[in-house]
Parts: sequence; structure tokens; C-alpha cells
Amino acid sequence: MEFLVKVEVTLKKTVADPQGQAVYSALRDMGFEGTREVRVGKLIEVRVEGEDREHARSLVDEMCRRLLANPVIEDYRLEVGVDG
Amino acid sequence: MRFGVVIFPGSNCDSDCYHALKDVMGLEAEYIWHKSTDIRGFDAIILPGGFSYGDYLRAGAIARFSPVMKAVEKFARGGGLVLGICNGFQILLEAGLLPGAMMRNDCLQFRCHYVEVKVENAETPFTGECSPGQILRIPIAHGEGNYFAEPRVLEELKRNQQIVLRYHGSNPNGSVDNIAAVINREGNVMGMMPHPERCCEGVLGGTDGKFIFQSMMKYIGWSLPLNPATQGRCGSRES
Repeated sequence: MEFLVKVEVTLKKTVADPQGQAVYSALRDMGFEGTREVRVGKLIEVRVEGEDREHARSLVDEMCRRLLANPVIEDYRLEVGVDG
Repeated sequence: MRFGVVIFPGSNCDSDCYHALKDVMGLEAEYIWHKSTDIRGFDAIILPGGFSYGDYLRAGAIARFSPVMKAVEKFARGGGLVLGICNGFQILLEAGLLPGAMMRNDCLQFRCHYVEVKVENAETPFTGECSPGQILRIPIAHGEGNYFAEPRVLEELKRNQQIVLRYHGSNPNGSVDNIAAVINREGNVMGMMPHPERCCEGVLGGTDGKFIFQSMMKYIGWSLPLNPATQGRCGSRES
């Protein structure tokens, strides 16, 4: 079966995010005064062949650990959907 | 003495390194394509600067899986000298050959100018020709040189004298503890953000980069270049 796995990669909360800071300042300058915080991350969509959802998840989890995210500075979250 | 300069798709300081090593330092230098799996016969390996794989995903993240990196890792584990410059430093971090990670410069600017760095450890194969505390003037050119290591790792780096160069005066990228270069625990793999290959000739505005390459040469055990054209131009500490 083919699964569409969405991977959300974000900088760890303890790591400063200068990109998010810059976007935050821009939004404030634009008049969005209620903006409290902005953090910029990445969305990666992986279409993967797997026996079932758990298998697909474990495959993409390994991809994250080895390539898609850097555990020193980043966290990641997976969302497994069925590709249609 | 043979130096190998690895070329990844998107490397752009490979020619500069080759030129500095061969034409200025008078060394034997050879390019190594990233698909190579055999790097036997080299005394030192340089991972040059640039934008390997377009910096896609994270700087250095994809290059570390290039076929040549398995050979480089083996070479490093066997005690061979590996110097990663700029993107090469990022690749060494991603490969786990050096601790820590690189983030976007805190100023968000791509910084391209000379910086001063202080030699914090003059007893490495890469800085043996420097005096402790010496200030070197070497240019930087990067958007992601904001070195980060967890507090625990940072403490370890300090304890083992693994911080080799620190920015002196101002810090161009926000790196933790003003770190500009770190070395592995074993002392044979170093990553540095400044570009020594860009300042080995007076005509380019500075020659402090030669200290790095001369240190490596001395460590490997070769006193002076054999190329007569370069005699007298190398080995001068006054430059």
C-alpha cells in the first residue's frame, strides 16, 4: 500500500529561531500587533510503500532520524495518511 | 605529500583550495570526485566550501551521504587528517565526525568579509605553526555559520580543548561561545568556518591562511615545499 506521510520539522524550543524572529518583526511592523511568537519550520511530504500504517510510519521515522531532521537542533512529527 | 580536495555537486571553493595547496604551498594536490569510494594514498583530505546539493534540506545534510564520505569517515577513523572548510565543516557536523550543528546566522545576513579569529589551541595538527592566542585574519563567506552545541557537549569541548578558533572582536554569526573552529576528540578532524584558502597570497589581501596549511604540512612531516618557485614564499611567520 502507498501512504502519504507528512513530516513536520521544527527547531527545538530551546534553539533560537532567527528566521522566525525576522518574520515576527515583519508581522508586527505590518500592524499585526497581536502576534506573540513565530517559528519557521519545514513540511516534507513522503509518499512511501508500506505493508500497513505502522510500517510506513516506522520507515519514515527512520528517514527522519537519518536524514530529514537533525536531532541536535530539530524536532519532528509524523502524520500518516492513506494516499488517494 | 598528497592532499585530496573533494568535489561535491555544488562545491565552489574546490579550485581555490587546489590552487592554494598546489601553486602556493607547492604540495601535490588532487581533486576527488564525490562518487569515489577509494581515497587511499592521500595524507590529508580537504572538504571545501560551497553549497553542496544546493544546501537543500540543511547545509551538508545530503553531501554526507555521498559515496566518498564513507571513505572519508574510514580515513578519519584511521587517524588521517581531515579539514572541513565552511560547507565542509557543515558536512563534517552532519556526518557526525564533529559534534554540534550549524544554524542560520543570527543576523540572517550572508556574511562575506574578513574576520579575526584567535587561536585557542595551538597544539593541533591544523594550528601547530601558530602561537597560542595568535590572532589570524581570515575571510568568511556564509549564511549558516551559527555553530550550536548543547551545554553538555559545549562543556566537553572546552574541557578537551576542542575549540580551536574563536571569533575575536565581533562574532559574525551568533555562534555559541564565539566558536569559529572545532576539532574532534582524537585531534585529526577539524571544521572551520573561515576560508584559509582565500588568504594564502598577499595579492589576495592576506596570507594568514598559510598558517593552517603549513601546520598540516609540518604535522604530516614535510618541512618545506619542493617547488622552487614557492620557496621563500612559504614558511614565513612574519607574513
